[in-house]
Amino acid sequence: MSKGILKIENITMQFGGVTAIDNLSFEVQKKEIYGLIGPNGAGKTTIFNIITGNYHPTKGEIIFGDETITGTKPNLVVQKGIARTFQNIRLFKSMSVLDNILIGFHNQSHYSYLEAIFRLPRYFGQEKKIKAEAMAILDEFDLTSFADHKATDLSYGNQRKVEIARAVATNPSLLLLDEPAAGMNPSETEDLSTIIHKIKQDFDLTILLIEHDMKFVNNMCDLVTVLDYGEKIFDGKPADAIVNEKVITAYLGDFTHA
Amino acid sequence: MKGTLIKTVLIGISLGLIWYTNSHLDIYNLSIVNNIGIFAILALSYNLINGVAGQFSLEPNGFVAIGAYMTAIFIIPMDTKIDMYALMDPAPVILQMQANFPIALLAGGLTSALMAFLLSVPVFRVRGDYLAIVTLGFGFIIRIFAMNSPAYTNGAMGLNDIPEFADFRWIGSITIFTFMVMIHVIYSKYGRAMKAIRDDEDAAVAMGVNTFKVKTYAFMTSAFFEGIGGGLLASFLSTIAPDQFTFLLTFYLLIIIVLGGLGSMTGTLVSAIVIGFGLEWLRFLDDNMNIFGYETGAHPGMRMVVFSILLIITMLFARRGLFGDRELSDILKSKRASKRKDA
Ligand SMILES: Nc1ncnc2c1ncn2[C@@H]1O[C@H](COP(=O)(O)OP(=O)(O)OP(=O)(O)O)[C@@H](O)[C@H]1O
Ligand SMILES: [Mg+2]
Repeated sequence: MSKGILKIENITMQFGGVTAIDNLSFEVQKKEIYGLIGPNGAGKTTIFNIITGNYHPTKGEIIFGDETITGTKPNLVVQKGIARTFQNIRLFKSMSVLDNILIGFHNQSHYSYLEAIFRLPRYFGQEKKIKAEAMAILDEFDLTSFADHKATDLSYGNQRKVEIARAVATNPSLLLLDEPAAGMNPSETEDLSTIIHKIKQDFDLTILLIEHDMKFVNNMCDLVTVLDYGEKIFDGKPADAIVNEKVITAYLGDFTHA
Repeated sequence: MKGTLIKTVLIGISLGLIWYTNSHLDIYNLSIVNNIGIFAILALSYNLINGVAGQFSLEPNGFVAIGAYMTAIFIIPMDTKIDMYALMDPAPVILQMQANFPIALLAGGLTSALMAFLLSVPVFRVRGDYLAIVTLGFGFIIRIFAMNSPAYTNGAMGLNDIPEFADFRWIGSITIFTFMVMIHVIYSKYGRAMKAIRDDEDAAVAMGVNTFKVKTYAFMTSAFFEGIGGGLLASFLSTIAPDQFTFLLTFYLLIIIVLGGLGSMTGTLVSAIVIGFGLEWLRFLDDNMNIFGYETGAHPGMRMVVFSILLIITMLFARRGLFGDRELSDILKSKRASKRKDA
């Protein structure tokens, strides 16, 4: 029996005349860290948007667990256990770090609007519960001391961490990270790798990540799929990807710098 | 719990003050504070959809009108109605609508909330800024209906002899109640979701928030209290007519919430008080003034001009309103936090 948690099956995505994804298939196994790489405009973020239900593919299916989720509304996809981060950080900028995390608990706190308005017992009980859980997540990310800070007052690296923490707060089984190390300095990147490994263990996660930094991918990922102009040009171990001719051509020798 | 105790004591003191004010203040000043109370209720509720949830909406005049007419029709005695409806006999249903004041207020609030729900379905289902246009149109339609349905609203003549139940005890305590409800919403998962939608709707959806539901809750809550406020207004003024519910009413409320800070209920309360008293104090500007022997003559409307200029100056210095999007408690909390850091 296969342990495939996410199957991308023959996905094609066209925007007007442009084919952003061309008949793409790959499969992510449980507990894996899977990399999705490729040059700019290859279609990586588009795949994320299809998985999360933001885009409806022209053709093909997305299978999560043993359920076809193609076309499911984005907020329901989250409830099924797929959480994401964005390529350009998108925190709730007027809110505190803690409140950002608490939004992740939106569907895990159970009290009605009227119970909130009249501050009935369930409001207090549930709020206490999710606040404690949110603080535990902040602790996992070494962000406890920033709980009351405005999210956008944090350093770039910490803002990235808050965004990942917020996604983890939705209690996912599959986590999609869109270029988590982008714009980070080497020490921040290393810190991030440690944290990703740690949360993978502690929260029992499967991770699909998009990344440009090949060293990072090499360190992190069990397997990678390489996209170029929406087509899969490689599929296998990251160490093999680096020496693959097609991949090197697609990147125009970018790897020699990595 | 300490917070609950403080809150109970504060509410007790406020209610005591309200009852005292109601029986000791002179009629002129009492009418000012009543006016402020009603506008505070309307502005607080308007700020929920507009400031907290960030959905630019121009709905108040429509919902205030609904609340005002509903309440008025419910509390005007049947015989008075028969005499008052001049253009056409009142419709049978209008005559049958009879209730005591609290039920009448509630009916106004619930009718507004129901209308808000009906508007939500088409508007919040799709993405985009349709809400402003739809609510603007809604306000016009309500007013046109009020003008052209003499059997229901007595047309352009409006309704008068509305029993004056709305004293400061009603208005003051409902102001406090509205404020509490708004604060309770803001500091709940629903309020957080509203702010999240305001900050970044895609990210809110990516956190599993059902944005349609949350926006609809915000809109219906605003409408409910605008309806209640309308009912209080009708009973306080004892006479209403379609012309009172133009876009100008909405615009006036918009000024209050922008000055107080979009998203801040404490700011809205302060702003309603400042603007309410401010407009009274500036009243001398409308009258004839003698400046070094020079008679200025009477300039009705002069105070609005000066008022607008003062407002513009304030906004230049505090671009996000007096309180930004924070409540007084948040500001105190961050002050304490920064003191701790210094120590
Ligand atoms: N909503 C859209 N409408 C039209 N074209 C789109 C849309 N989204 C993506 N595309 C196009 O699809 C292609 C793939 O874009 P995508 O954002 O997936 O690339 P990417 O691999 O994530 O690139 P990068 O590394 O720069 O983030 C691009 O040509 C892009 O212009
Ligand atoms: Mg991208």
